[in-house]
Amino acid sequence: MSTTLDAKTPPVTAQTIIGFEDVTYRIEGTGRKRDEKGGRGGNWRVILNGVSFGVGAGERVALLGRSGSGKTTLLKLVNRMLLASSGEVKVEGRATREWDAIELRRRIGYVIQEAGLFPHFTVGENIALVPGLLGWERKRTAARVDEMLSLVGLAPKEFRERKPRELSGGQRQRVGVARALAADPPILLMDEPFGALDPVTRAELQVEFGKVAQRLGKTIVLVTHDLREAMQIASRIVLLQGGRIVADAGPREFLGIAHREVQSFVAPLKAELGMPA
Amino acid sequence: MSPLTFFGTHQREILEATLEHVSLAGISLAIAVAIGVPLGMLIVHRPRLRGVALGAANVFQTIPSLALFGFLIPIPYLGGIGRRTAIVALVLYALLPILRNTFVGLTEIDPAVLESAEAMGMTTWQILWRVRLPLALSVILAGVRTATVITIGVATIAAAIGAGGLGTFIFRGVAMVSNGVILAGAIPAGLLALIADGLLGVVERRLRVT
Repeated sequence: MSTTLDAKTPPVTAQTIIGFEDVTYRIEGTGRKRDEKGGRGGNWRVILNGVSFGVGAGERVALLGRSGSGKTTLLKLVNRMLLASSGEVKVEGRATREWDAIELRRRIGYVIQEAGLFPHFTVGENIALVPGLLGWERKRTAARVDEMLSLVGLAPKEFRERKPRELSGGQRQRVGVARALAADPPILLMDEPFGALDPVTRAELQVEFGKVAQRLGKTIVLVTHDLREAMQIASRIVLLQGGRIVADAGPREFLGIAHREVQSFVAPLKAELGMPA
Repeated sequence: MSPLTFFGTHQREILEATLEHVSLAGISLAIAVAIGVPLGMLIVHRPRLRGVALGAANVFQTIPSLALFGFLIPIPYLGGIGRRTAIVALVLYALLPILRNTFVGLTEIDPAVLESAEAMGMTTWQILWRVRLPLALSVILAGVRTATVITIGVATIAAAIGAGGLGTFIFRGVAMVSNGVILAGAIPAGLLALIADGLLGVVERRLRVT
């Protein structure tokens, strides 16, 4: 743990790969609408409220926050699973609404809590999916599948032909990471990737993935409500509360921020580690 | 006349009626699958058509079978007395379980699987063919299995409008007050339904993805 706490924040590169410019996202409520045309009297729920921030190429950003703080919404705006109600989300300098959604998504890795592996595909077929969609040659794809399995610590020979149901939760999540990285996307989005695992496996994967992430040099946006996970993996922590960014700092600085919401995340971790509050 | 004697003396007739019954049910099911499965796929992304299609299929299924035959007979081209009317009615009857199971199978898929399919950049069409359909196959087949049993059953009534099949013996036997003749239709029809159900059950379990 101490090594991670001491890890230096890498310098933010000048090139911004993901940009949020005054982004608001709201959903129409189920309540009655008073005004059909203007929507002024409508029943809206604001999920994100005027969010602006940028992610530099190679940065590893953790979006930290409680449930309902808007962090998953923010993540889904990046690969155009959602479109902003107002403001602009830019990926590689281009607004997501101008990107072809399919093309954009194939350039962005995505890992979710339950892994979402295809149960009717083998592990190898799951990992080969995006390369297949991109029309890679069979040989290149096969080599890549083995490379990815090794990267996430699974022996290719042993696991390639297995079905997801024959794997443990931790192994499934490893395959989920391998699948997301298979087409070598410059950006990796992760939504509570280790959230469904038991505490021991979870801690194991956090440490391991933290190391892999550092080595890969990919731009990573990680959604989590676990400060420890954020510290292990991220080079920068962005805290969301009620759809706004309330803190944005490197892991070490973050611990010292006096903001109440920051401290409500920091205090339990410090107590756990026996550090002075 | 005891059933055994009748079976002995009318072997060929019973066999012919059985084949007629199988072809009546088989043709109807093939048409119902050819309509129900594509329609089920279509309504996954068309909520308005979904309501209409499922509602109409539900109405056909609810009308008593003999009444449905009755409704069809006066309709020009489709109706009349005979095999064609029977097939139309059987198709309408078999449609609901096939359509409903196709729709349910395609939509009740682990949301995490669908979310990751979308996030990896699969098109709606690719998701339908490569994810939804393979995962829905056993549920769709369960619908076909239900439809098969219903169709074999209702096809016995089709004899009432001159469509032939094993129902012919049952109606004739009732008119003759002969248990033997009734059973000559009832036993093969019952066996047919049980065998079809058993076979499709095996295939359904094979296709299930856990």
